[in-house]
Amino acid sequence: MTDYVIKGARILDGDTADLSIQDGVVVEVGRVAGHGAEVIDADGLVALPGLVDLHTHLREPGREDAETVESGSRAAALGGYTAVCAMANTSPVADTAGVVEQVWRLGREAGLVDVRPVGAVTVGLGGEHLAELGAMADSAARVRMFSDDGFCVSDPRLMRRALEYVKAFDGVIAQHAEEPRLTATSQMHEGVTSARLGMPGWPAVAEEAIIARDVLLAEHVGARLHVCHVSTAGGVEILRWAKRRLAGGPGAVTAEVTPHHLSLTDELVEGYDPVYKVNPPLRTEADVAALRAALVEGVIDAVATDHAPHAVQDKECEWAYARPGMLGLETALSIVIGALLDELGWDGVAERMSRAPARIAGLADHGHDPAPGRPANLTLVDPDAEWTVDPAALASRSRNTPYAGMRLRGRVVATFLYGRPTVLDGKAAR
Amino acid sequence: MTQRTHLGVRHLLSAADLDRDAAKAVLDTATEMAAMAGREVKKLPTLRGRTVVNLFYEDSTRTRISFEAAAKRLSADVINFSAKGSSVSKGESLKDTALTLQAMGADAVVIRHSASGAPHRLAQWVDGAVINAGDGMHEHPTQALLDAYTMRSRHGRVEGLKVVIVGDVLHSRVARSNVHLLHTLGAHVTLVAPPTLLPVGVEAWPADVSYDLDAALPTADVVMMLRVQRERMGDSFFPSEREYARRYGLDAHRVRTLPDHGIVMHPGPMNRGMEIAPEVADSARSTIVEQVRNGVSVRMAVLYLMLGGMS
Amino acid sequence: MAYRTPAAPGGEPGKIIASSADLARILDRIAHQILEKTDGGRDTLLLGIPTRGVPLARRLAARMEAFEQFKMPVGGLDVTLYRDDLRLRGARAVGPTDLPAGGVDGRLVILVDDVLFSGRTIRAALDALADLGRPRAVQLAVLVDRGHRELPIRADYVGKNIPTALDESVRVRLTEIDGTDEIRITGKEEV
Repeated sequence: MTDYVIKGARILDGDTADLSIQDGVVVEVGRVAGHGAEVIDADGLVALPGLVDLHTHLREPGREDAETVESGSRAAALGGYTAVCAMANTSPVADTAGVVEQVWRLGREAGLVDVRPVGAVTVGLGGEHLAELGAMADSAARVRMFSDDGFCVSDPRLMRRALEYVKAFDGVIAQHAEEPRLTATSQMHEGVTSARLGMPGWPAVAEEAIIARDVLLAEHVGARLHVCHVSTAGGVEILRWAKRRLAGGPGAVTAEVTPHHLSLTDELVEGYDPVYKVNPPLRTEADVAALRAALVEGVIDAVATDHAPHAVQDKECEWAYARPGMLGLETALSIVIGALLDELGWDGVAERMSRAPARIAGLADHGHDPAPGRPANLTLVDPDAEWTVDPAALASRSRNTPYAGMRLRGRVVATFLYGRPTVLDGKAAR
Repeated sequence: MTQRTHLGVRHLLSAADLDRDAAKAVLDTATEMAAMAGREVKKLPTLRGRTVVNLFYEDSTRTRISFEAAAKRLSADVINFSAKGSSVSKGESLKDTALTLQAMGADAVVIRHSASGAPHRLAQWVDGAVINAGDGMHEHPTQALLDAYTMRSRHGRVEGLKVVIVGDVLHSRVARSNVHLLHTLGAHVTLVAPPTLLPVGVEAWPADVSYDLDAALPTADVVMMLRVQRERMGDSFFPSEREYARRYGLDAHRVRTLPDHGIVMHPGPMNRGMEIAPEVADSARSTIVEQVRNGVSVRMAVLYLMLGGMS
Repeated sequence: MAYRTPAAPGGEPGKIIASSADLARILDRIAHQILEKTDGGRDTLLLGIPTRGVPLARRLAARMEAFEQFKMPVGGLDVTLYRDDLRLRGARAVGPTDLPAGGVDGRLVILVDDVLFSGRTIRAALDALADLGRPRAVQLAVLVDRGHRELPIRADYVGKNIPTALDESVRVRLTEIDGTDEIRITGKEEV
């Protein structure tokens, strides 16, 4: 394996230093001579621990027209990610050891990001019978996070069983919080805008009611709960209360927020362009403000992209027929930098986009600031570089980004996965 | 010298697209168009050589015929795409249909669709003028225009009228368009419905809201009854048809509490016995039949003013 | 002879071709001519083309009643929806059309307009008239003929022949609409 010396990078908010990488590990941080190694000039760049995405849809198996494990991995690497948790709502659903191993293997073959499959909670995402969670945990994919994302585990009895069951192997249930009986025909956030645009609404209470129920269940059975894509100010308040309440006990709750919920509101739906259709929906300015504050405060632990590629015909149509979801891997870091770098600092960015998600997903090799002895999973970012989002130029097979045409600040220049570059000079290595 | 009165919008997607002058221009032009209806030769050469396409994804014989008559009276060529038995029903996407219309050189596309916002999407893909003939729960601008025209012809004005709109406001595109247009024209609107049939966010609308129909009627210049679908009962918007009719139906007894000059309107089709009693629908106060007639004149005015602005 | 139009310093642009008094004499003359040619206005009606053709038609009828105690039927004929320049000039406001009692069938219709220019307005008026009925004959009375015809149309009664350049503008003002009576010609830069 090639040795690398990264020269003159700023280590998070700290001083500049050189990094030497050998055999997949960071060997030295400081002043490095670099004999026989390939030198990477990192003058002006910030070195971060490789980002970890708790929530990505790679679409393979089943919808390879929208994305594959390989194309999604490439998008992830270009976004500064060294690990992604691939959600289970594929076709077939990842509810068996066989399918999760398939996805895991495809990830290793692509070799661009550490793909960690998420296992479904229920068979076929049907919400009725537990899937063989133990088998998935024991498989080569070593699944630790389970989610029916796309759907809510709405039966409280089933959710209780799932929370309890995964304690045996230190697993965590990641809930897509949506009471389905309140959102049966919903198209967008329920509020002033939906009233004007004549679309059935997705009320905030449908999310908040499930979060409240689940944190109390987690407390009761002493289990870990992770809440996916929190989108409401009310949800934030419940999480703040829940964390205080659960502190010191065996139960725990963590939560994630998407970059789009940190930056976009329901007023964008005005022209009925389905690129803005997503589940949970874009909400109001007040929700965006509450989510930002919660992320800074730590009530929300992590940023997760919910990268959801969709084929052109699933987005270039009437709003009601469009599939919900937005791309996110390649724009996430820039969006977070643009919204919250001042409040978070690079240390905060690293915590929310790398360390915390690595802890939640149980990924021991990721989420470590560059330091001697640590696996070389890191990314180099140019904090000042500006770029315009061109959907056709993204690595993803799909084009459904809500940031099309926007000028963003902050660009990934290089990403290293276990010491091998997956991105160099802003381009994917393969 | 006659003034140019182009409507100032490329498409008519929402009643809110029209400012006061544009709305007045439509009503005034419709008055002249209505005069044509009394003549032997009802046809005008004004839109000769133009192609108007009726793209109806939802069954609506009444509205489609109204637009067809309007276009033909202006000598435009009319092409009808209806949902049944065409490539539309075979699953051809809206975008592909739009590209076909574009290739055919449609000057205007009148679209009715069950999905809110379908006209907005269509407008991205065609060069012609897109006229919204009803999109899901969102809007039905020409219905609001013909309603305003009817109010003006019965009361002599729209400004200052007290208009009470009753029924399923939540799901009604007619209500949304009327609230916009009546506000633009200076009328005062009160919405009356059970709380379940009013949208969250209605507080932001330029209208009063009430749950009490009997309180609203004695001062109403216009009562507009909206169609309430019986299927809504299955979704628990109200417990039974009987209870709905009793609390929100305009029956013969209630109609007597209207002022003498008060008129009763309905966009059709009616649920006789549910939101409106048959004897009320057939009374002299009722404008239901003339609304249909006015629809052709108003749609002629809209087509003229919108296609007249193109080159 | 074309009229050149220097603007009076501080005054309104253009040159007045006919004053209020001139206009009155012109209308008297046309009224007499019509009565002469129609044998006292037998079986005839005047249709003014909005906007200014209508008050002109009414004034002509008033003159005729003053001269011979003869009530000439008067109406208005809006031609907006028959124009051929919809694509070029856009949709204009539609004015009222009202015919005097008895309609146009079998009668002599005299169209009345303020300015005759390309002739396209009159062509539209003939089409509009054809949809209303079948006159016995159609004649045309105009206050000003400024030349530059694009169609084979001529007026039977002309108030004033004013040869103009294409970039000049002839504006008729009438008290009923503009508060004053005059005919004014302006250059392109001065409009």
